[in-house]
Amino acid sequence: MQPFTTVTGPAAALPAANTDTDVIMPKQFLKGIDRSGLDNGTLHNLRFDATGARRSDFVLNRPEWADTRFLVVGPNFGCGSSREHAVWGLLQLGIRAIIGTSFAGIFNDNAANNGLLLISLEPGEVHTLSTLAADPARNRLAIDLPAQSISGDGGPRFAFDISPLRKDALMRGLDAIGTTLDQAGAIRAFEARHHAAQPWLVPHAR
Amino acid sequence: MSPRTLYDKLIDSHTVARLDDHTGPGAEVLLYIDRTILNEYTSPQAFSGLREAGRKVWQPDAALMVVDHVNPTAPNRNAEMPDAGGANQVRYFGDNSRDFGIELLDVLHPLQGIEHVVAPELGFILPGMVVGAGDSHTTTYGALGALGFGIGTSDIEHYLATSTLRYRRMRTMRVSLDGALLPGVTAKDVVMALIAKIGASGATGYAIEFAGEGLAALSVEGRMTICNMAVEAGARGVIMAPDQAVFDYVADKPRAPKGALWDQAVRYWSTLRTDADAVFDREVRLDADEIEPLVTWGISPDQAVPIGGRVPDPATEPDAARRKDMQRALAYMDLAPGTALEEVTIQRAFIGSCTNARLSDLREAAKVVRGRHVAAGVRGMVVPGSSSVRRAAEAEGLDRVFIEAGFEWRQSGCSLCLAMNDDVLEPGERCASSTNRNFEGRQGAGGRTHLMSPAMVAAAAIAGRLTDVRRLAKQGA
Repeated sequence: MQPFTTVTGPAAALPAANTDTDVIMPKQFLKGIDRSGLDNGTLHNLRFDATGARRSDFVLNRPEWADTRFLVVGPNFGCGSSREHAVWGLLQLGIRAIIGTSFAGIFNDNAANNGLLLISLEPGEVHTLSTLAADPARNRLAIDLPAQSISGDGGPRFAFDISPLRKDALMRGLDAIGTTLDQAGAIRAFEARHHAAQPWLVPHAR
Repeated sequence: MSPRTLYDKLIDSHTVARLDDHTGPGAEVLLYIDRTILNEYTSPQAFSGLREAGRKVWQPDAALMVVDHVNPTAPNRNAEMPDAGGANQVRYFGDNSRDFGIELLDVLHPLQGIEHVVAPELGFILPGMVVGAGDSHTTTYGALGALGFGIGTSDIEHYLATSTLRYRRMRTMRVSLDGALLPGVTAKDVVMALIAKIGASGATGYAIEFAGEGLAALSVEGRMTICNMAVEAGARGVIMAPDQAVFDYVADKPRAPKGALWDQAVRYWSTLRTDADAVFDREVRLDADEIEPLVTWGISPDQAVPIGGRVPDPATEPDAARRKDMQRALAYMDLAPGTALEEVTIQRAFIGSCTNARLSDLREAAKVVRGRHVAAGVRGMVVPGSSSVRRAAEAEGLDRVFIEAGFEWRQSGCSLCLAMNDDVLEPGERCASSTNRNFEGRQGAGGRTHLMSPAMVAAAAIAGRLTDVRRLAKQGA
């Protein structure tokens, strides 16, 4: 995955609560067997009407938000289905970080596994950034992951929290499986103990 | 050792290694996962990742592959998929089963069904297990005393390669159901009441343990409904202490341990409970006798009111952002504030899904429709949760009850719950649905979903509008 250090660009506000992964990636885009080609599906029914024409009034279709890098979102973003397609599609649309008050659990893990930075801030801070993001003259933000800060053009600056493990993985674009397999011996030893203590857990061989 | 919750005990007993210096909520551990279930739409990219890296599956016998999301449910079953994308997913699923040595229940298999219905039926899930799987409704297994939670595709790949996940400990919430449910009120109403009470993100960051005399009185299938849908409140894991009802449920399942191994297992499972003095991060209480049959009016599962209620008025909502969300919901649902829910007419009725398509659900619905007929202008569908449920229902004649009442009696799959196959609402169609999500477009672009119990769906199909199943029951026979 692409490492995240410092990213600058326009932010767009999507303030609705409970934006679910059916909205982020509708079902008709879930029929692939690879991760590609999902940018068109991302937020599809918000970006396009029933005939497939672009909705000119939707923020991401307006020229001032071309090349949007960040979303400032309402509470519980990413709720619902576990579909990781939602995260792949957002990244393919060019989104690198999402700022909100709360994110759904599975979506949060999916984002971390793909280098999409999720930042949780206090409601007042999100409101300030949402107001900036809605103003075409002031919608550019800079996110500095090493320094854990978000800043607007000549505007406010907010610090954010992130777990040191996730920060390190994002900054280095780490392959989690490779890291875990370094502990293959420990997993094997655990598994042997676990199955000796609860022998009914040994899977039925086919 | 200080008193621990059941969640803490299961995480502790499955921790291979700690990944940081923390211990409480937020601490990251390498967590051993006992079982997974794979479906055809969230797993393909995980297998592709393994192929690209040249990695094998750590424990192929601990996984089960089930086709459920994209297959048709037409009464005459065949292996044809309704579209090229779904056909390609099913074909690749078969390739992955063969190449990685994982058992597959494909669409023509006699045990095929919705993954969360099939796995318990097989005895594939046992108390004390930790189960992570690529579907949010993996929380279902909490009802069996197994900690279940959904994961994304990257984590499926991580699991397949290592039998572990890099896992962040959740905060703990205990939800207690005090007292007994009133007649006509079901497990579905309990979980809908919980979601309405704490909100769609009320349990975000938490693992829920369900407890209380009201829960203990419910069947294991009813408990599965509750654990299944708790994810709609944001719960990232769900557990219930296994009791005798669970042991009885598991005992005769094909893959349950037998003989001396069974006795040994039950002795261990009987210890799986929260210590008396353990402290939860949050406690929520529900009074069972205050719960009524609920229906949703909006586009989030927490937008629900008792069936006797009215569509709320956004003008009375003081918070501006929430007011706007309500207005958007009412515009999408084409409902005016103040409308009585019982005046809302429907065109579709769907009994199905991993939430509510087990045998007990079909029995409850059949009781309502027996001797009656679906209203003119309503299309009613019954999609059993598994092929085994379908056979069992047919053995007791439920198929005839539904067919004589004018319902379609179909084959098993996820079907109209998320409309990834050819079971789809037309734009503007309104559906009474026993499913779990009323999101915009979930059942088809422009389709309008009202969530409720299977008995309530049955009643709505008969009346042609949303209605209180308890009134229909009084008029009956």
